[in-house]
Amino acid sequence: MPIRETNSQKIWQRRTGRESLSHWAMWLVGLMIFAYCWQQISQATTWFFVWDAPRIANDIWTRATPPKWDYIAQLGEPIWDTLNIATLGTIIALFLAVPVAFFAARNTTPSALFVRPIALLIIVSTRSINSLIWALLLIAIIGPGVFAGVIAIAIRSIGFCAKLLYEAIEEIDEIQVEAITATGASRWQVMAYGIVPQILPAFAGIAVFRWDINIRESTVLGLVGAGGIGLQLSASLNVLAWPQVSLILLVILAAVVISEWVSAKVRGAII
Amino acid sequence: MSVPNSELETLLGKPWKKPPFIQRPWLRWTLVLGFFAYLIAAYMTIEVNWARVYVGLERGKQFVLAFTSPDFTTRSSDIYSGMLESIIMTVAASVVGIIISIPIALGAARNVAPLPVYLICRGIIAISRALQEIIVAILLVAIFGFGPLAGFLTLSFATIGFLSKLLAEDIESMDKVQAEAIKASGARWTQWINYGVQPQVMPRLIGLSIYRIDINFRESAILGLVGAGGIGATLNTAFDRYEYDTAAAILIMIIVIVMALEYISGIVRARVQ
Repeated sequence: MPIRETNSQKIWQRRTGRESLSHWAMWLVGLMIFAYCWQQISQATTWFFVWDAPRIANDIWTRATPPKWDYIAQLGEPIWDTLNIATLGTIIALFLAVPVAFFAARNTTPSALFVRPIALLIIVSTRSINSLIWALLLIAIIGPGVFAGVIAIAIRSIGFCAKLLYEAIEEIDEIQVEAITATGASRWQVMAYGIVPQILPAFAGIAVFRWDINIRESTVLGLVGAGGIGLQLSASLNVLAWPQVSLILLVILAAVVISEWVSAKVRGAII
Repeated sequence: MSVPNSELETLLGKPWKKPPFIQRPWLRWTLVLGFFAYLIAAYMTIEVNWARVYVGLERGKQFVLAFTSPDFTTRSSDIYSGMLESIIMTVAASVVGIIISIPIALGAARNVAPLPVYLICRGIIAISRALQEIIVAILLVAIFGFGPLAGFLTLSFATIGFLSKLLAEDIESMDKVQAEAIKASGARWTQWINYGVQPQVMPRLIGLSIYRIDINFRESAILGLVGAGGIGATLNTAFDRYEYDTAAAILIMIIVIVMALEYISGIVRARVQ
C-alpha cells in the first residue's frame, strides 16, 4: 500500500502516483470516446423534432387513450399464433440443441479438434443474430407466415439452449459416469444412466426459460411479416390507428407477464 | 422375530423401475395427453405453402452459398457507416444506461433503500423489462423522429431494466458484516456505499456491464428495421434487394464482433474476479 508522507503525517492512498495517473488517463480516454459517440449521434439527429417531442408524445397519448376495447375480438387468433410460434419453435430448437450441446461439451464431444469448434460456431452464430433478422431471412426464403416465425424462433434458440446445456454437461459429476462405465455399460447406456439424469433438471429449466423468452420475441416477429400478434401491431401502426396500437401493446404486455409467471411456477416445481 | 415386510415382499424379484415424476397417474396422463393435444392443435394452425417453400429453396441455397463469397466491397460505404452507427449507439447507450442503472439498483435493493424508494425503483425495472426493445424503439421513433437518437434512448432504457435488476439482487445478497464495519467507523451514507457496498459488487457490475454491451450491440443490429439507426437498415435493404452476398457480409461482421466481445468479456471477468 502506498503511503505518502506530508508534513511528517502519513496518509494512506489507494494507488501510487503512477497508478492513479494511468487510472485517470483511462477515464479521460473513455470520456473522449463517449463525447465522440454523442457528437455523432447528435449530428445524425434532427433536433427540431426532438424539441417537439413532448408535444408529439402528448399527442400520441391523447390519440391512443382509451384503447379500442372491442378490437380485442380480432386479437384472439394472432395471440394463439404467437403462442404456437413460441412453443413449437422452442421444441424444435431443443431437439436440435441436444446433439449440438453434446458435441460442444468437452467431456462428451467425439472430437475436440474438429467437431467441437463446429458446434461452438453453430452456438455463437445462431445466438448472435436476432430472431427478427432470422425471420427476415426466412421470409425471403419460405414466404411470410407463421411457419417462417416458427423456424426463425427455432434457429435463434439453438445457440442459447445448446450453450447452457453444454455448460451443464461439462459440470456433471464424473464419478457417477465412471460408476456406470464400471458396470460394463455401453456408450449409450452410460449416456442414458450416467449423464442424462444429471442434466435433466438443467434441461427442463432451460426449456421453460427459453419458452418464456420466445413468447416475448414472437410477439414482435409479425413486424417483419412472420405471423403472430406483431402483424396486427404493424398493420395498426401503418394506418396510425393508435387506439388499436395501445390495446395490442396491453395484450402483448399481458402475454409477457403471464408467460413469465408460468415459467417461474414451472421452474419452481421442477428444480 | 422378523416381521414380514409385505411392501418389500411384493417388490422382490421384480426389476427396478424409476418412480415417476408426478405421482398421481391420472394427473400425469392428463398432462401428457393435454400436451400432445395442444401440440397437434398448434401444428394444425400452421399453414405451409410447400410450393412457395420449394420456390424459396433456390433462394435459400443462394443465401447459404453467399456465405462462401460475402461481398464486403459493393456497399462498403453503407456497411461502414451502418456498423459505425451501431457501435456508436452501443457505446453511448451502454455508458448512459450503466450510469443511470447504478442509483436505480441501489434504490431497488431492499437492504439499502427505504420502502417507497424501493417500490419506485422496482417499478421502473419492471416497466423496462416488460417492454421489448423493438416496441420501445417504435414508440421513440414516433416521438423523436428517425435516426440513432431513438436507438440510443431505446438501448439506454433497456439497459436500465437488465442491469439494475441483476445488480440489485447482488447488493441484496452481499455480506452485511463488511458494510456494518464501515458504518461502525462512523461513515456517512455515501462513504458507507463507497467503501462498504461498492467493493463487494464491483466485479459483478463490471461483468454485467460487459455482458450488456454485448447484448446492446446485438439489439442495435435490429433497431434499424424500425428506423432507429444502425446496421439493421442496411441489412434490411440488402434483404429487400435480394443482395445475399452483402447480407452475408453484414451477418459475418455481426457474428465476428459478438464473438470478439464475448472473448474480451471472458478475459475481463476472469481478471476482476
